[in-house]
Amino acid sequence: MHKTWLIIQREYLSRVKKKSFIILTLLVPLIIAAFIGIQIFLVTGGNKETQHIAVIDESGMFSGKLKDGQQLFFTFLGDKSPQTFVTQYEKTGYNGLLVIPRFDLNNPDGFVYYSKHQLGLGPYAYITGRLNNVIEDQRMIAAGIDKEKLAGVKADVSLLQPGAGASGQSKDNTGYATYASTAVGYICGFFIYFILLIYGTQVMRGVAEEKTNRIAEVLVSSVKPFQMMIGKVVGIAGVGLTQFLIWIFLGLMVFFALGSLAPSLAHQAGNLQQMQQMGSAGNARIAEAMSKVQDVILLLPVTEIILCFLFYFLGGYLLYAALFAAVGSAVDQDMTESQALTLPITMPLVISFLIMFNAIQQPNSPLAVFCSIFPVSSPLVMMARIPFGVPWWQLALSILLLIVGILLTIWIAGKIYRTGILMYGKKVTLKELGRWAFRKE
Amino acid sequence: MAKNILSVRHLKKYFEAHKAVDDISFDISKGNIFGLLGPNGAGKTTLLRMITGIFYPDEGEILFNGAPFIATKDISRIGYMPEERGLYKKMKIGEQILYLAQLRGMSYTEARQKALFWVKKFELYSWWNKKVGDLSKGMQQKVQFISTILHEPHLLILDEPFSGLDPINTNIIKEEIFDLAKKGTTIIFSTHRMEQVEEICRNIVLVNKGRKILDGPIDQIKQDFKKHEFSVTLAEIPEEIPGRETGSFLIEKVQGQTLIIKLKEGKSNNEVLQYFMQKGYTIHNFREILPSINEVFIECVEATSREDESQFIQQAVA
Repeated sequence: MHKTWLIIQREYLSRVKKKSFIILTLLVPLIIAAFIGIQIFLVTGGNKETQHIAVIDESGMFSGKLKDGQQLFFTFLGDKSPQTFVTQYEKTGYNGLLVIPRFDLNNPDGFVYYSKHQLGLGPYAYITGRLNNVIEDQRMIAAGIDKEKLAGVKADVSLLQPGAGASGQSKDNTGYATYASTAVGYICGFFIYFILLIYGTQVMRGVAEEKTNRIAEVLVSSVKPFQMMIGKVVGIAGVGLTQFLIWIFLGLMVFFALGSLAPSLAHQAGNLQQMQQMGSAGNARIAEAMSKVQDVILLLPVTEIILCFLFYFLGGYLLYAALFAAVGSAVDQDMTESQALTLPITMPLVISFLIMFNAIQQPNSPLAVFCSIFPVSSPLVMMARIPFGVPWWQLALSILLLIVGILLTIWIAGKIYRTGILMYGKKVTLKELGRWAFRKE
Repeated sequence: MAKNILSVRHLKKYFEAHKAVDDISFDISKGNIFGLLGPNGAGKTTLLRMITGIFYPDEGEILFNGAPFIATKDISRIGYMPEERGLYKKMKIGEQILYLAQLRGMSYTEARQKALFWVKKFELYSWWNKKVGDLSKGMQQKVQFISTILHEPHLLILDEPFSGLDPINTNIIKEEIFDLAKKGTTIIFSTHRMEQVEEICRNIVLVNKGRKILDGPIDQIKQDFKKHEFSVTLAEIPEEIPGRETGSFLIEKVQGQTLIIKLKEGKSNNEVLQYFMQKGYTIHNFREILPSINEVFIECVEATSREDESQFIQQAVA
C-alpha cells in the first residue's frame, strides 16, 4: 500500500510540477473566455459591413416602407431609370441596386438585385423578408384585414414546468431552464468526453514510456505490476481532478464576481442614461442579461450537477484509463501501432458522444435512458441528462453499474498489463490481448 | 546460514512456441562473482527475470539463502540492473534515485544520506537536480548503478553493466563491483563480452538455447578445455618448420623465435624441453596455452548447434 502511494505521488507530482500543466491550467479558461468574448463581440456588432443599397421602385408600392436594418440602408431613387443607373450605382457610392418592377400583387416577380458581390445570407434574408412584409401588408389591405386586429390575435405562450428536474421556477424565467439545461448538459458531456480522451491517452503514453524505457523492468522487481498500473491511473486522476477543481474554482469566482458587478453596472447605467444613452444602454443590457443568466443557472440542481460531474468524471476516467493502460502495456517501441489497439476504446467513446447529443434533445428516450445506465456510455450520457432531472433509481443504478464496470475493467486491464509490460519485440494483436485478459493463472 | 546464496534447481520457463529456459540448475556461493554467459537469445534474461521475481518459473525451484525464494520478501535483498536502462528521462537524478530506493523499502532519510554518498563518489553531485535525459549515456549508467546498489543488496544482478561505457567509467564501475564483492555481496554478471568475464568472474555458467551447457570455476574450465598446446620461445630463430613431427609433439606454427607446438597424447612437458635442449637451443620461455573463455564459448555454442542440427536431420529423416 505504501509503495502504491509512492507511485501515485510520483505520477501526480511529476505532472503537476511541469510547466506545461501550469500553463495549460491557466490558459484553457483564458481561451474559453476569449472565445466567449469574440462571440459577444460578433453578436453585439463590432464587426459590421454596412451596405448602402439604391432602390428604384417602378411599382411605387415600397417607397418609405423598406425599413433600414442595422447594417443595411435603403435609398429610394425615384427618378432614375434602371437601364442607365446599372452602370452608375457604384460610382455614386452604393453597394448594390435593387430594382422593383411593376408587378402583379398575386404573383410578385421580376425583382432584380445588381451588385458586383453576391449577397451574404443575412442581407439576402433581410431584403427578401422586408419585401415580403410589404407585399403581405398590401395583400392584407387588398383583402380588407385590419392589421392591428391581426396583431391582437398572435399568442405568446411559455410553459411552466413545476415538478421537473429544475425546481422552483418562477414565472419570470419559465422556459429559460430548458435552454440552461441543454447548455449545461452539452458542456458537461463535452468536458467528460475530452477528459476521458486526453487523460486516457496520457495514461497510455505513460505506460508505454515505462515499458520502452525499461523502467517497468526495474520497478516490477520491487512492486507488483498491478500496483504500478493503479498508481499511474490514480496519480493521473489526481492531476485531472486538480485541474478541474482549479477550473471550477476560477469559474465560480468569475461567476460571483460578475454577479456582484451586475447591480452596480445597472446602477451606473441608470445614472448615465441621460448623458450617454447609447453606450450605457448596452451596459444595462449586459447587466440585465447577466442577472438573468445567474437566476436561470440557480434554477438548475447545481450541487447535484457538480457532484455527479465529479463522480462521472472520475468513474468514466477510471474505466477508460484502465483500458488505456492495458493498451499502453502492449505497445512496443512504436507508438503508431497503438492506434489499432485503441480503436476498441475510442469507438465506444465516440458513439457515446453521439448518443449524448440525442439524449440532450430527448432526455428520456429509451436509448438515452439505457445508455445513461450502461457503464461504458453512462459517464457521458448521464451527465447530459442530469440537468433535466433524472429519477433517483436510474441514477443509483447507473452509479452502481459504473462502479461494477470499473472493477471489472481494472481487473481485466490488470491481467493484460501484467503480461504486456514485460513483453518485448513482438507486435501484439487484439486477439492476443483478449487471450491475456482471460488467461487462467 | 546456507553456503549458497542462490540455488537454482531444474528451472523451466516455456513461452508459447519456444523453451526460453529448459531445465537449468546451478549454485552460487556467497561473495562470489558469477558470470552468466550465453549468446543473444540464449535465455539469460528470462533466467534473471525468474531470479528477480518478475516471472514465475513453470517448473523447478529457486532457493535464496537456502529457503524457497519468495519475491515479495526477498526482493529487497536483490539489486537488479537490466540491460537496457530503466530511468525516467524527465525526472531529476536525485528524485529518481530516492524514488527507486523508497520503492525498495528504504526510508527517505536513509535513502537520501546514502544517495548523496554515492553521487559524490561518482562525481555526479552537481547533476543532482538535472534531468536524466540531459545526461550522457555513461552518466545515466552510473545513476542506474547507484540506484541498483543503494539498498545494499546481498545479491546484485548486473545485465551487461558496461555496455556503452568508456574505459574510464568501465573501470570505475568495475572497481565498485570488486569492492562490493570484497564486502560480501554476491554478484551475478550477465554478458556476452568474454574478456570481461575472464577479468571479473570466478565462476561461470554458460547457457545456449535455454540449456546449461557448461558451468564451474573459470580456472577449471580452462583446464578442461585445454588443447595441450605450448608456446616455446628460444634465444635464436630455430631451423624448425611447421608440420614437423617429433616423437612427442607436433610443431603447429613458427613465429620468429616462438614456436607453437601440440603435445601428443601421453607425452609430458619435459620431453618437449629435452628435445630443444638436446638440439642446443636456449629456452627463454615455455608455457602452456590455455584457451580463452571466448574460445571455450564459441566451441561449446557451435557444438550444441551442431547437435541440434543433427537431431533435426534425424527427426526429418525419421
